[in-house]
Formats: sequence, structure tokens, C-alpha cells
Amino acid sequence: MSAKTLYDKIWDAHLVDEAEDGSSLLYIDRHLVHEVTSPQAFEGLRMAGRALRKPENTIAVPDHNVPTTPDRVDGIKNEESRIQVEALDHNARDFGITYYPVSDIRQGIVHIVGPEQGWTLPGMTVVCGDSHTATHGAFGALAHGIGTSEVEHVLATQTLIQQKSKNMKVEITGTLPPGVTAKDITLTVIGRTGTAGGTGHVIEYCGEAIRALSMEGRMTVCNMAIEGGARAGLIAPDEKTYQYVKGRPHAPKGGQWEMAMEWWKTLYSDDDAHWDKEITIRAEDIAPVVTWGTSPEDVLPITGSVPAPDDFEGGKVEAAKRALDYMGLEAGTPLREVEIDTVFIGSCTNGRIEDLRAAAEVLKGKKIKDGLRAMIVPGSGLVRAQAEEEGLADIFIEAGFEWRLAGCSMCLAMNPDQLAPGERCAATSNRNFEGRQGRGGRTHLMSPAMAAAAAVTGRLTDVREMM
Amino acid sequence: MEKFDKLTGIAAPLPLVNIDTDMIIPKQFLKTIKRTGLGVHLFDEMRYDDDGNEIPDFVLNKPQYRDAEILVTGENFGCGSSREHAPWALNDFGIRCVIAPSYADIFYNNCFKNGILPIALPQEQVETLMRDAEKGANARMDIDLEAQTITTSDGEVITFEIDPFRKHCLLNGLDDIALTLEKAPAIDAFEGRAAAARPWV
Ligand code: SF4
Repeated sequence: MSAKTLYDKIWDAHLVDEAEDGSSLLYIDRHLVHEVTSPQAFEGLRMAGRALRKPENTIAVPDHNVPTTPDRVDGIKNEESRIQVEALDHNARDFGITYYPVSDIRQGIVHIVGPEQGWTLPGMTVVCGDSHTATHGAFGALAHGIGTSEVEHVLATQTLIQQKSKNMKVEITGTLPPGVTAKDITLTVIGRTGTAGGTGHVIEYCGEAIRALSMEGRMTVCNMAIEGGARAGLIAPDEKTYQYVKGRPHAPKGGQWEMAMEWWKTLYSDDDAHWDKEITIRAEDIAPVVTWGTSPEDVLPITGSVPAPDDFEGGKVEAAKRALDYMGLEAGTPLREVEIDTVFIGSCTNGRIEDLRAAAEVLKGKKIKDGLRAMIVPGSGLVRAQAEEEGLADIFIEAGFEWRLAGCSMCLAMNPDQLAPGERCAATSNRNFEGRQGRGGRTHLMSPAMAAAAAVTGRLTDVREMM
Repeated sequence: MEKFDKLTGIAAPLPLVNIDTDMIIPKQFLKTIKRTGLGVHLFDEMRYDDDGNEIPDFVLNKPQYRDAEILVTGENFGCGSSREHAPWALNDFGIRCVIAPSYADIFYNNCFKNGILPIALPQEQVETLMRDAEKGANARMDIDLEAQTITTSDGEVITFEIDPFRKHCLLNGLDDIALTLEKAPAIDAFEGRAAAARPWV
């Protein structure tokens, strides 16, 4: 047998059929569904009179549209949002899918709920009509986003028609310096390779600095594989993975746990496996970073200055001009002088307990800058409950943060949490595209610790100065 | 699904790199539970000002490009979210073919499910076509999927590559789900094997 990568192994274990033209039918173990990308898929099934092949392997949760203020128990005011969430309520019920409604404490962002409930396990294939499905790769699961037609395809057949991607290895050697986090790793990789650097590839993240990350940190890294253009991101499972999974509601138990472990322990890339692309970054070379532009590849260390369009080449010159204009930034301005109006800590990138702990550590005993709007939005009801139990919520509230209910919130502004035109936000989410957080809103991406530091000073800030 | 075999149409030039799905269709329009009606919101934030008036400079607002059926654009087109609303919006506007040096994976995939042909070509050839598109409404391009060719308004012929399975589905307007359901015995067999090997799934 020839040497295989982790991706090759998972792929081979899920291959149903291979056609002569190179397209393959891949079996899907878990299908996660949310309200925005699924209504047309269910409608398609109804119109064609098709049933779900495996409703028990499908879970649904509303997250994108739901308000995060306490009054949401009285219903969603925006009519279109309400209709979308109601459509999911009905579809989940009619088709017999496990469902976590807004009123359930387990509700939250789909990519946080899946792992939390033990739906995501090593070696699985996981899909969702959402590009940040890459998050689940942290467990050594092959996980990627699909479009609505594919959602319908998976609902009806439990398979996907796929072309195999290439293998890319991203190795982070050494030890991260203090103040540098998983978010800085993933942003630095994208800054290095560009948003198309991983196109056509599945990335496996490896190396000492990746192994040292908690499961939460690994999810942050894999979450943004998609911003690097990759189909999916993967991290081989290890003791940390098994510990995280063990005892979760839908994790295997007893004899099945033993059986699963036996297979999971074979899930790693063989030493002499072939890589189509490889990059290595020294952890010591990674600094706390922020984005300055409107593409996640527009990454610089916080100690840097806003670049000029002429610093770039080709089509990027025009894109940089447009980005600076949109962001209202002057070339040459030190990033640490850029003032912000809003801080958003949350999203499927950084809405887990470890992220809230990192923010609380910076905020303990401090107040946010006067006049600033700052919110913390836990990724799930359970994360929220845990943060309250650990006393983190009190730290946030005393510092002046709004303490919200779980949802996507200001990551994408499909719900009431939005930036006004021209407002500038320090955000822990994953996209800084034009209008992403609200029309005309300006987004700087960073880690939770960096966002917390920015909340205190009212400008982009090097968290190391506060440590 | 609508078939795609040949297309003769106006090509609109949009020479920007990394056009993301938020630019193609901003999230406020994702609240629909239908696939149609998104064409008026295509490129919404580049196309309209804050008061909802058309921005005359934007290519699809120019009289000569209002009926464009082909879009020539920069690399990494369609990056960002998995929203199929992006090809739905293009389709609803009337764009049936996109030409760019490269695409984001999911967007590329989604195009084929909606009868849109995304053509990837080397940078220089895209630039040639961009110049052709800039000539306006007289510059009709011919796209022939069967022959895998693009013919410019000057008669220059450029060939393109495409995966045979996707070509076949697009040419015949085939529905993926029906195709896969024909393989139900293979799926049954797989599930049987998986139930023994990985019963916890
Ligand atoms: S938190 Fe943001 S990126 Fe994550 S699923 Fe929600 S909208 Fe998408």
C-alpha cells in the first residue's frame, strides 16, 4: 500500500463509487443544516416527492438570523428572518431531523453546536451549507461547505458528487510567543498564501505549535481554511481530541468507543505521503496580527503601518486602492493609531469558552473606552452558561460589554447586530469583506485578546503591552 | 436544470480581483426562501448608492452592458461564503457565463448546478477578452461548450478546459440527484459495510 495523507485515508473510507470521468460519489456521515441555505433545498425535495435518506445523521439549528438580545424569546421582529427560522422549524419537524430551536439552551452557531454535542467525530465526513464547516476539520474530520443544491443532494442521497482535491501541508514549527494565539496563526497563514493559496487543496495543519493548541484553538485555525481558499482544513486527532470528544451526548460509548478509538488512531498522514504543496512557518515569527483591508489576506503585525497600493503588484494594486478607500485609511498610518467605535467578540471562529477566557483575562478589572459599543456573543447557549459559571460574564459586564445570547450576530449582519456606515469594528470573526458587518461598516479581524485590548484603549492595540 | 450549449452575448468587463460573494449578493438578500428574484440585487453595493439610485459608472448600469450575458472578471472570483444565492443572482440577472483566471471552489461548483458556465483561462487570455468586452455592446462573444471555444468579436478563437462530467451535465441539463439515485444499490452496499466497520457513526 502506498503512503497516504490523512485526507486520502478519510476519502478512501467514504468512497461509494468512482466514475470513469474522475468524479466520485462520497458518503456523508454528518449533515448540519441552518436556516439560510436550506429552505430552497427542502422545497426542492417536496416538489420532487423525495424523502431524507438518513434523517438521524442530520441536525439543524437556526443561527444566522436570530437576534442575540433577551427579547428574542418574544419572537423575531424582522419578518423575513422570522419566516426563514419558522421554515427551518417546520422542515426539521416534517423531515424528522434533530433540532435545537432558539429556545433550547444547546442552540448556537452550527459549527459550535456540532462539536459540542459530539456530532463531529474524527474520521467523519461532515458537510453544511456554510463555508465555515471547515471548522470541524479540527477533529480530523473531512468537513466542508456546500451550496444549496448540494444540501438537497445530501438530504436525498446522503452522498456528494466530488472531485478529489490536492494535498497541502501547512506546518507551524516551534512555540508561539506570549500574546500570540490560534487566530494569529490562521491569519498569518492566509497573509502568507493569499485567499486563493489553498484553492483546489485540502490543507492539513501540523507541527509542534498546532499540536500545542487546545481543541478550541484548532477549531479557530481550521475555521479559516476557507479564507485561504482551501476546500477544507484538517488536523490529525490525538489525545486532546479524544478527551474533548469523550462523554459528549452523541459520542460513541462502551464497546463502540473502543472500536472507534482503534480506527481513530490510524488517522494521520504517513511519513512518506505525497504533498502537492507545502509551507512551513516558524511560530516564533508569528506576531499578534490585524487586518487592514477588505480581504482576509490583508494581514499585518499590529506593529506595522497601513500599506500603500504601490506596495502590491498586478490586480492587487487596484484592490488595495479600493480597500483603503473603503476602510478610510491613509497609507503609512501606524496600525496602533487606528481608532475604533465597536468591538465584536464572538462567531464560529472565536465564540468558544477559551476565546471568552482569553478576552476576560485582558478585561479583568478594566473598563472599555468611553463611548465605545462592545459586545460579547457566546457561540452557544452552553458556552454562555459556562462563562457565567466561571465568572467571565461578570468581568465583561463590569468592563462595559453587552453580554448577548448565542448566534452569528455581528459576524455577518443578517440579524439586528450591525455596523452603521463608516463605523469601525475590532472583530474576532473571519471576514472583513465590504459590507460584511453592515453596509459601509469597516472590519479589522483579530484574536479575542487583541479585540479585548482594543476595547480598553479605543484603538487597535498590541495586546502584549497589556500583559 | 437549464441546459447550456451555445451562447452569443454581450460580455461585461469587471476587472477586479477577489470579488467575493458578499459583493455579488449582500447578505440582506439571503433572507428569501426562493431561488428567483435576486437579479435586481446582483452586485448591489457596487450598483446602487445609499439611497438606492443606480451608480452610473458601474458596468452593468451602463446602457451598453445592461443586457450582458457574459462577465469577464479577475482572479479568485466568488470567494467567501457558500451561498448559492450568488449564482442564483447572476442567473436571474441573465449572466450565463463567467470568464476569469480562477474561482473559489464552492462558487465554481454552484455555477454548474444552476446552468452557468464558469470558464477559467490563463491571465493573458482573460486580458484579451477583457479588452474585447470593453468595446461595449458591439463586442458579442460566442461561447461553444461542445467545442470548448470562445470566439471574440474579432474572430479570435480561444479554447478552454472543462471537466468532462460537468460538461456532460451542463450540455444535457442533467439533475445530479436523479443521477445519484440511480446508484442507490452502491449506496446501500456502502451503508452495509459502514454499519459493520463504523457502527458509532
Ligand atoms: S458565525 Fe459568521 S462565519 Fe460563522 S456560521 Fe455564523 S455567519 Fe458564518
